[in-house]
Amino acid sequence: MMRVELVKRPQQSALFSALSPFIALLLTLVAGAIMFLFLGKNPVDALYYFFIEPLLETWSLHELAVKAAPLILIGVGLSICYLSNNWNIGAEGQFIIGAIAGSILPVVFPGFQSWIVLPLMLLMGVVGGAAYAGIPAWLKARFGTNEILTSLMLVYVAQLFLDWLVRGPWRNPEGFNFPETRSFHAYAVLPEIWPASGRAHWGFIFAIVAALVLWFVLSRTLKGFEVKLIGQSPRAGRFAGFSRARMVIFAFLVSGALAGLAGISEVSGAIGQLRPSISPGYGFTAIIVAFLGRLNPLGIIAAGLVLALSYLGGEAAQISIGVSDKVARAFQGMLLFFVLACDTLIHYRIRISRRLRAKGVEAPAGHA
Amino acid sequence: MSATLENRAESLLDVRGLTKLFGSLKACDGIDLAIDRGEIHALLGENGAGKSTFVKMLFGALEPAAGTIRWKGEKVTIASPGEARKLGIGMVFQHFSLFDALTAAENIMLSLDDPAPAGAVAARARELSEAYGLPLDPNAHVGDLSVGERQRIEIIRCLLQNPELIILDEPTSVLTPQEADRLFETLAKLKVEGRSILYISHRLEEVKRICDRATVLRQGRVIAHCDPSRETASSLARMMVGDEVQAVVREKPSAAREVLLEVRGLSRKAGHPFAVSLSDIDLSVHAGEVLGIAGVAGNGQGEFFEAVSGEVLQEKADAVRIRGKDAGRRDISGRRLMGAAFVPEERLGHAAAPLMTLSQNLLLSRCRTDARAFLSRLGVIRQGAVAKAAKRIAEAMDVRKASEDPEATALSGGNLQKFVIGRELDRAPMVMVVNQPTWGVDAGAAARIRQALIDLAKGGSAVLVISQDLDELFEICDAIAVMHHGRLSAPIPIGEATYEKVGLLMGGATPETAEPMLEAV
Repeated sequence: MMRVELVKRPQQSALFSALSPFIALLLTLVAGAIMFLFLGKNPVDALYYFFIEPLLETWSLHELAVKAAPLILIGVGLSICYLSNNWNIGAEGQFIIGAIAGSILPVVFPGFQSWIVLPLMLLMGVVGGAAYAGIPAWLKARFGTNEILTSLMLVYVAQLFLDWLVRGPWRNPEGFNFPETRSFHAYAVLPEIWPASGRAHWGFIFAIVAALVLWFVLSRTLKGFEVKLIGQSPRAGRFAGFSRARMVIFAFLVSGALAGLAGISEVSGAIGQLRPSISPGYGFTAIIVAFLGRLNPLGIIAAGLVLALSYLGGEAAQISIGVSDKVARAFQGMLLFFVLACDTLIHYRIRISRRLRAKGVEAPAGHA
Repeated sequence: MSATLENRAESLLDVRGLTKLFGSLKACDGIDLAIDRGEIHALLGENGAGKSTFVKMLFGALEPAAGTIRWKGEKVTIASPGEARKLGIGMVFQHFSLFDALTAAENIMLSLDDPAPAGAVAARARELSEAYGLPLDPNAHVGDLSVGERQRIEIIRCLLQNPELIILDEPTSVLTPQEADRLFETLAKLKVEGRSILYISHRLEEVKRICDRATVLRQGRVIAHCDPSRETASSLARMMVGDEVQAVVREKPSAAREVLLEVRGLSRKAGHPFAVSLSDIDLSVHAGEVLGIAGVAGNGQGEFFEAVSGEVLQEKADAVRIRGKDAGRRDISGRRLMGAAFVPEERLGHAAAPLMTLSQNLLLSRCRTDARAFLSRLGVIRQGAVAKAAKRIAEAMDVRKASEDPEATALSGGNLQKFVIGRELDRAPMVMVVNQPTWGVDAGAAARIRQALIDLAKGGSAVLVISQDLDELFEICDAIAVMHHGRLSAPIPIGEATYEKVGLLMGGATPETAEPMLEAV
């Protein structure tokens, strides 16, 4: 009988820990090439359309920033959660609720038009996302529920709530019965960074600022120390006088707030109204972003751009070589798989043991 | 030395030039050692001297870089613990790996290389326990057993493999003196049968008493092979440490002192099935006093420490009082701010975060008390100030480390313990509570730590030491109380305390009867 087991390595290679995301990227490209081969496409062409072409034109670089903004915002928030050992899987739901809460003003009170509308919308989006993340956090801190399940289930609640809103009470009265809200008025739209050259909006600036601030907090302040200590060693965290329950709330509120900000920025900056579906799975893809960026906010900026490229590449490949845009999801899945596999193999090695009863059958010990 | 080794060509085990490298560090550097049949051979050395590395190579858990192992005259390579067991080498670890919720027999069954029915295992275990004077009920749940009994399970588990060489790692560190005596009788029986024992210990008196020969390691090298009965404890210690171990100096405490730490009617229900509940604990520690709490591990010391440190709060505010003020409702940071300091038993994972650096670990226990020095506004850490303090502590306590600011896990146990104790002493706390201050720590570091605790008390602080090591308590305490099943006896002044008296209390005798009432299990 053959048995495969993982054996912990006595020491990890620092070199390979640093290289791991790049190795994972390379393996994803190789596996992607094989996938295109099976789809009957020329892998070199396909990879070119997927990963190179979107980087060659200015407008598409703007699209890259549009897609990267929510991924980075959510990803850095998730890094606080994951570093402190809180497994928030529900960023997608917090993104949606942030978008809904932020849209109340332009949708329900379209007559209220002032420069203050946009700041209020952003604030309400932040509060909405944080409050929605507060539910699994409170359940975990108070009753010890599993936050993976509760936060994930709340995603579906949020999606269906949005669906109901745009088909029901919030449907645009002048919209020919399409399931959409009215379009946001000019005061409710997040402006472009560089209107002359493309669509990239201020959400990308928010993302970069959030990443820099959280990088500083994590690496230089007592709060960051608390996050990492509780995550690494909960008992030592308690000995230091830090409260685990308060950290659960803190981590979820921060990541919910950033997911909510991402939601309202996306709706206000990129879409301009609420629709039944406002996210191609940013909240889930951001989990990959967080891990590919090694839970380091600066790494997450880079990882967010890479994953944004996979979305763009999916669209581009759909047009130019006629493959399904599901290919983008396949790439993201492979990337997460390879990142986790690389990390696992840095910490463990594989041992294959054959349990053959070879020579020298053990005598079951007769005593002298 | 080489001449004597030549004569032992027919040794049971003959190790030559065994070497193991970790990076550039030579953990073991050409170790020679020979064990005869029917010999109890001591392996002595400070923490970090290479004892564990050496033993792990013998037991197949580590692969040697160079050197040969001869077993009954034949050269062997031991690639795994399974192969070691097949050769006839058994090991009893210092930390037990037993499942609390299973019975003794079930635990033994799980560890067998060849599956056997539970009934047969239980019968065999009972047979062995009778033959070797290791009283044990194979059907008892491990969670209900004392540490001594758990150790017997490990020994029986080892004996079931019919080993010719048994490696014991610090076996008496968890036993009462009476239990230790019983263990020595068992070892004598094994020896008469012609089995050999490699006995790792830092208790020199014990080594002198039961071991035939000793090998002393220092910094990965063999310093000497000797006959321990011809050495004195201090000559052995000198070989281990390289110079004279300072004897701990203690002065008589002065009278009329204020109470700095007071515990009144402290009770606590067990949080989970294998925790111990505390009932009605009273104690007071005065300024300038070192009070010891003796007891076999698992009698509520951990739970008591959690309650006193404030990791778990009390219902009544006056259950714990620090420097005359109620502290029962304050958390650990609040109690630190009142002038108390705490050192828990577990170094890695409780006192220190393994993957964090020493300076981060300094911040761990002092981020509140020393906020002014270590943090600037908005909670930004002053890395420079923290690093400087960490350096100061490392120098004061002679913490030996390979780099400027290594991760906690890179330090040997003794060095890390010196650091976590020094981290608190550096604050000059008025109240110090320490759980197992020198557990698994080498003689040199232990002496240093004990002296530091006595000096702290001499400066007018109250020191509470929870320890399983009676020698240690007798060395440093002004009075000793005993914890058994979550109850605490009245303190016995050191002048009236004897090993026997304390040992009996540890075994569960009540002070009134003063007769051994060892509990039936």
